[in-house]
Amino acid sequence: MAASSERSPPPFPDSEEPELLEDSDEGADAFTGTSISEMDSPSPDSTKPPKDIFNEPLEDIFSDPLSNINSEPQKKVDTKIPSPSSDEAVDLFSDPLDDDSEVVSSPEVQNPMPDLLNEPVQAPKSDVLGEPPVHKNAARQQDIFEDPPKGSSKSSSVKKAASAELFSDEDEEDLFKELPKVVTKKPQPSGPPVDVFTEVKSDVKVKPQVKDDPTDLFAEEALTAPAPKPSASSSSSRTNGVHSEEHDLFSEATVELSLDSPRNDRKKKDAVKPSVSAPVAPVASSSSKAPSKTLEELEEEESEDTFDLNISVTNPEKVGDGMNAYMAYKVSTQTSLTMFRSKTFTVRRRFSDFLGLYEKLSEKHLQNGYIVPPPPEKSILGMTKVKVGKEDPSSAEFVERRRAALERYLQRVVSHPSLLQDPDVREFLEKEELPRAVSTQALSGAGFLKMLNKATDAVSKMTIKMNEQDVWFDEKIQDVENEEQHMRKLHVMVESLVNHRKELSGNTAVFAKSVAMLGSSEDNTALSRALSQLAEVEDRIEQLHQEQAANDFFTFSELLADYIRLLGAVKGCFDQRMKAWQRWQDAENMLQKKREVEAKLLWANKPDKLQQAKDEIAEWEAKVTQYEREFERISATVRKEVIRFDKEKARDFKRQIIKYLESLLNSQQQLIKYWEAFLPEAKAIA
Amino acid sequence: FFKLSGPAFSSQLKVCRDKPFFLSMNVDLQTDATLQVDISDALSERDKVKFTVHTKSTLPNFKQNEFSVVRQHEEFIWLHDSFVENEEYAGYIIPPAPPRPDFDASREKLQKLGEGEGSMTKEEFTKMKQELEAEYLAIFKKTVAMHEVFLCRVAAHPVLRKDLNFHVFLEYNQDLSVRGKNKKEKLEDFFKNVVKSADGVLVAGVKDVDDFFEHEKTFLLEYHNRVKDSSAKSDRMIRSHKSAADDINRIASTLYTLGTQDSTDLCKFFLKVSELFEKTRKIEARVAADEDLKLADLLKYYLRESQAAKDLLYRRGRALVDYENANKALDKARAKNKDVLQAETTQQVCCQKFEKISESAKQELIDFKTRRVAAFRKNLVELAELELKHAKGNLQLLQSCLGVLKGDT
Repeated sequence: MAASSERSPPPFPDSEEPELLEDSDEGADAFTGTSISEMDSPSPDSTKPPKDIFNEPLEDIFSDPLSNINSEPQKKVDTKIPSPSSDEAVDLFSDPLDDDSEVVSSPEVQNPMPDLLNEPVQAPKSDVLGEPPVHKNAARQQDIFEDPPKGSSKSSSVKKAASAELFSDEDEEDLFKELPKVVTKKPQPSGPPVDVFTEVKSDVKVKPQVKDDPTDLFAEEALTAPAPKPSASSSSSRTNGVHSEEHDLFSEATVELSLDSPRNDRKKKDAVKPSVSAPVAPVASSSSKAPSKTLEELEEEESEDTFDLNISVTNPEKVGDGMNAYMAYKVSTQTSLTMFRSKTFTVRRRFSDFLGLYEKLSEKHLQNGYIVPPPPEKSILGMTKVKVGKEDPSSAEFVERRRAALERYLQRVVSHPSLLQDPDVREFLEKEELPRAVSTQALSGAGFLKMLNKATDAVSKMTIKMNEQDVWFDEKIQDVENEEQHMRKLHVMVESLVNHRKELSGNTAVFAKSVAMLGSSEDNTALSRALSQLAEVEDRIEQLHQEQAANDFFTFSELLADYIRLLGAVKGCFDQRMKAWQRWQDAENMLQKKREVEAKLLWANKPDKLQQAKDEIAEWEAKVTQYEREFERISATVRKEVIRFDKEKARDFKRQIIKYLESLLNSQQQLIKYWEAFLPEAKAIA
Repeated sequence: FFKLSGPAFSSQLKVCRDKPFFLSMNVDLQTDATLQVDISDALSERDKVKFTVHTKSTLPNFKQNEFSVVRQHEEFIWLHDSFVENEEYAGYIIPPAPPRPDFDASREKLQKLGEGEGSMTKEEFTKMKQELEAEYLAIFKKTVAMHEVFLCRVAAHPVLRKDLNFHVFLEYNQDLSVRGKNKKEKLEDFFKNVVKSADGVLVAGVKDVDDFFEHEKTFLLEYHNRVKDSSAKSDRMIRSHKSAADDINRIASTLYTLGTQDSTDLCKFFLKVSELFEKTRKIEARVAADEDLKLADLLKYYLRESQAAKDLLYRRGRALVDYENANKALDKARAKNKDVLQAETTQQVCCQKFEKISESAKQELIDFKTRRVAAFRKNLVELAELELKHAKGNLQLLQSCLGVLKGDT
């Protein structure tokens, strides 16, 4: 635990840092009196908010959350990230750190804090401070969160409560109290441990976000001030890498900020209602709460997932000769489903047909967020052996292994309610002749996997940029990542067990022979007899080890191999969801730009081009809505799929491991029988 | 950095004698109250092991009734060699010398573990360390037991127990200042062995006049080779059994991590199975350890004991050849009527020597067989009982675990 606890803390330092950095950056700017502050200061509200932003939030951020972080989250970390898995967590969290640390190195983290705690409190009188970020933030957030009414309404109610409790004297500044409320409220209902986790989790998550937003705003201000629209989080994904260039960009910012100010005022009016930083928090929490209701519904749905459909893959047969030979399998289906023409039917399929089916299915369904079960990998070595070899036991084992894997693959495909409806699946099961799947040749085996992995890697780099707002997904993605890692490890170990058991079996056979020889040369009759009996016992035990090795492999190891592949597919779904998110965010950014153009045109007083700009805005607004909906849809699908996957996984593991333990049990029973038979022989030695 | 530490690696490791093990090799040694020897204590220091040899005796040639001395492996070898070199004992099976303590393999593993420390989790590291420590401890105990067996065999031997060197070994409470053989001596030993084995082949080729010895010769030659083979094969079998047990151990700990990671209801399942594997691997490791103790060590001991018996037969064969040559020389001398007296004395000496060896060797070989049969009986019965005990333990674990798991689903 020591090791893991050493590693685990990073998320929290990280989560603190952005805020510190933000504020410290801001502070620096504010105090040096750069143009930013002067440009934006004119707004009338600006005098009051600063107090809040630096007074209240500071209190909360630095007192409450910290204490929360130190108490509850610590637990979370311990249980959630023991051992190597913490790498993942670190990855996810550490990126903001990396970006920021380019600006401020981590050792300074502690300094900004006292500064912030003291200085800003006095600073507000210069009425300069937090204004720009605050307003922009407000403006943006508002746009984002107007759409989901739940989030905003919730936040406003929360907000009122907050203001009532904490800041009853300054009601109109809800904006800035929202944050404290959200943050402090969470830990309170932490009675049940589960809640603690989700709540605290969101708490922790929220903070980086809340802080991140300022980061983004600020960075954004520095780089592309014109982006005061909804894309607070999207901008983060784009600007993250650019932080280091802040120096060059600051100068730009001054110019562009001036462009902003007119609209800033306009936005401010709206901005007053939805709170500044709060929206981020409620959204995170509400999104985790709202679906959790439907989650149960989903689960109920899932239990009805059984179809009367039995599929078996049998009779592997070598077709052809030499290197053009291939294995053909009999695919038999037994069903009462009316969608099929008859109740029982059989087709012959070759391995590439199975791969072809996967290709077709993943092409159609992956983008919708379905988990398409992956087929076993093509093994050039194994197949070549089969092609060339005669009756080699290892090639027989290979064929059997593949047959079983293909059977499990098909069973997984048809047990998926949506995939079963796919015409290609039906065609695969029913149609006599299938067009030869060509594309699998190039994409087969290792090459195919490699491609998949590359794609996954490339996308996973993007993941880091994605500002995950859905706690459920955030956790699930990490869980899957960890789980895959552990499964791989376990798989390696079970493989090692299989090998050692085979080795043991072989060595036992050799020993049995040797003991038989020793017995034959022993000149005491009873001892000689006992030794040859021992040799027989060892012979039987050798068989037992061999059978057990086969069970280790087919029942345990193959299960893990399947699930390593399936977890890959789950990750693929997460990637698809992220791509959808990316598309949405890109559209948001485009819209942003279009709006800037409009603003510039307005400012420059060029009404002739204004109409075109407005059309474009409308067009992009439509796209944003569409992409957002698509993202929501895929999120829902992936979620449903993952829940289904988890249930299926639990069922599979329970069934298989129980089966495996039963095989072990059987081995032990046999062992007892053998030794019991031997004992009197040993006692008979005289 | 990981040092040689922990209970098994502490430079001063004390070990209590593993009585049951020790007894397994010495089934029929007479338990004579007049001279009892055991190793009461052993200390492992870096590259040597110090054995505390404890003696209880009522024999008059010892100053006290009970005393202890500290001896090292080299001193045991010295004692053994002094028996072998003593012409007086040519007619006896000299108890085989204990094997040299060999911790190199487990030290090497330990080194590797230290190097790999960074690349594994703390749990894995602890687990590996425990495995290695257990292995080290097992080797250590075995070493102690093998040295003790040697002393007990000597103490129980009707003639060797009276040996002066043996008494010095037991009583002299200072270093015997025996040294290991130097290079020259080792080379000499090597040549002696070459000559001896070449001679052995020659001597073995001579048809024995006595059917008993002729039979024993054929038997021992074959038996020795077979027991050598079985011993090597059993080692390999047990080694793979140990590896499999280690795998189960690692599977258990990975399942545990999976169990603590998993957020679904599967976590309990994983934890339960991990718990089961943690227990079964212990049993599986015990099975391997017991097979090692009851089977491999037995075979190894009889490999050396049969070698000692073979050596006895060689000495007798050599004496026989000498006797026959002396007879021939006497015939020649008589024919030539030259040096007859000298030839007669030589012939007489050879005859006496041969007869003396033959006389004691016959009893020794019969004893060897009795001892062997009794030892095999004892060990095989114990082996079967332990195998049964472990298999039943495993079965029970599996049954109760399956009961729980099936109840859950």
